[in-house]
Amino acid sequence: MKQVLIPVITVVATIMAFWYAACVPMNIKFALMTAERQGEIVSPEGMMARRDMSALVLSVKNPAQWSDTWVQAKPRLPAPHQVVTELWKSTMEVKPTSKRSLVFHGWVTLSATLLGFVIGAGMGIVLAVGIVHSRAMDMSVMPWAIASQTIPILAIAPMIIVVLNSVGLQGLIPKAVISAYLSFFPVVVGMVKGLRSPSPMDLDLVKTWSATKAQSFWKLRLPASAPYLFASLKIGVASSLVGTIVGELPSGTGQGLGFRLLSGSYYGQTVQIWSALFATAILAACLVATIGAVERGVLKRMGLA
Amino acid sequence: MTQLPVIEAKHLDLTFQTNDGPVQALRDVNLQISKGDFVSFIGPSGCGKTTFLRCIAALEEPTGGSLSVNGMSPEEARKARAYGYVFQAAGLYPWRTIAGNIKLPLEIMGFSKAEQAEKVEKVLELVDLAGFGKKFPWQLSGGMQQRASIARALAFDADILLMDEPFGALDEIVRDHLNEELLKLWARTEKTIGFVTHSIPEAVYLSTKIVVMSPRPGRITDVIESPLPKERPLDIRDSPEFLEIAHRVREGLRAGHAYD
Repeated sequence: MKQVLIPVITVVATIMAFWYAACVPMNIKFALMTAERQGEIVSPEGMMARRDMSALVLSVKNPAQWSDTWVQAKPRLPAPHQVVTELWKSTMEVKPTSKRSLVFHGWVTLSATLLGFVIGAGMGIVLAVGIVHSRAMDMSVMPWAIASQTIPILAIAPMIIVVLNSVGLQGLIPKAVISAYLSFFPVVVGMVKGLRSPSPMDLDLVKTWSATKAQSFWKLRLPASAPYLFASLKIGVASSLVGTIVGELPSGTGQGLGFRLLSGSYYGQTVQIWSALFATAILAACLVATIGAVERGVLKRMGLA
Repeated sequence: MTQLPVIEAKHLDLTFQTNDGPVQALRDVNLQISKGDFVSFIGPSGCGKTTFLRCIAALEEPTGGSLSVNGMSPEEARKARAYGYVFQAAGLYPWRTIAGNIKLPLEIMGFSKAEQAEKVEKVLELVDLAGFGKKFPWQLSGGMQQRASIARALAFDADILLMDEPFGALDEIVRDHLNEELLKLWARTEKTIGFVTHSIPEAVYLSTKIVVMSPRPGRITDVIESPLPKERPLDIRDSPEFLEIAHRVREGLRAGHAYD
């Protein structure tokens, strides 16, 4: 345990130190301006004199103002403790149903992500089964699947929202569609690889037993694909979340972590942006960890882990 | 008493179409295998020994001549569960226990649960793996895994056992042991066995009939009926009779090579 703990703490501490250090030059100009207004002596004096100076030089010249860079209300780069405090406030100190609660926005995002992931993963598995069993599908579907991923999601997301809106679909569904659009691809690729993983010998063997196609699918191909499937589900669920966030940017519903990111940037609420960002990262980590737990359970039951 | 041959090949030809043009894998192969024979196919790689075995198992389609298994076409024989096939690698499913692996062909063939359990019990004992049914393949040694794969091939009571270099990947000590076991198994079950190998001592030790083959095109150069008794302790390999047959096999292999 100790062998793991020390490196982990070291890495976290390094990141924190770097972060706090980065806050100084990022926020120093505003800190100097405020300090000067309150009658403190800063170097050099006067906004105009400081305007064209590099933030690094200003930071070196004014060590007394460093602490001011970590407590601003609208910093360029908020300090870690500010983000943590905001995260705590917006999850624990407001009602979960409030529009100011990250739990509320997180749930909106999570529900669209889960729906999109289920659609995307399901579609991915079905397509993979088709691709493995039909050469025609392999030739016709795979190129489109690859092409679909070369289009920047940011470009196509607003179009999906608009198109679906015009047929009366709003809120959850359009976001889930974008989310599915991103998550089906890794599942297709991984699942095709997995279903094709049995060796020619394995396939010959079931042939000598006169197994039907269905039997060799259920008894050989599908179980053989399980490790591949879980690896791609992990990638898929993370993509799913990204898709939902991107879908929330133009949707204008005023809900979700994506909206929270956007509104924070409208009003210069950097602390809010960063806390929404961290909420998203935590959510993604939880989703991937959940799949990992299911994976361990299933593979253990299968005798594979 | 004249018995119908279990496996009969007449003027069998097989040509593969490859990108470099046609490759004749088998040419004019004539062979009769009787019930209860232990037949080894020996020859250098590319001589068609595995291909011939795969033809018997209907995994390859001959392009000429005729081949019958139990008086049927290989395809029909497969449907009639005439043979079990053992590959060079054990090919056990890592997600199934040993018993689960042996059950696999039985599930596919639609045996009842009770029959499955009973047959698994029986063949596990036959290959000396009783009590290992609940283990997973990775918990067993290579030799034990190959024994489990033989058990799987025996599980559905096929009369013919086709083995494609089943012990090729094992070390010599394990191999000797498994050869001995295989002879005992053959004596107990009276199966007809087709056995591909590239080891001369293995072929001579095991077989009642040794088929020597040579490559380009794959063909039979010699068929040797072994005069060795059915009961064969391992040290029979030092006897003059054994060495004489081994010598003849070697000569046959050399004659095949003189062609190119």
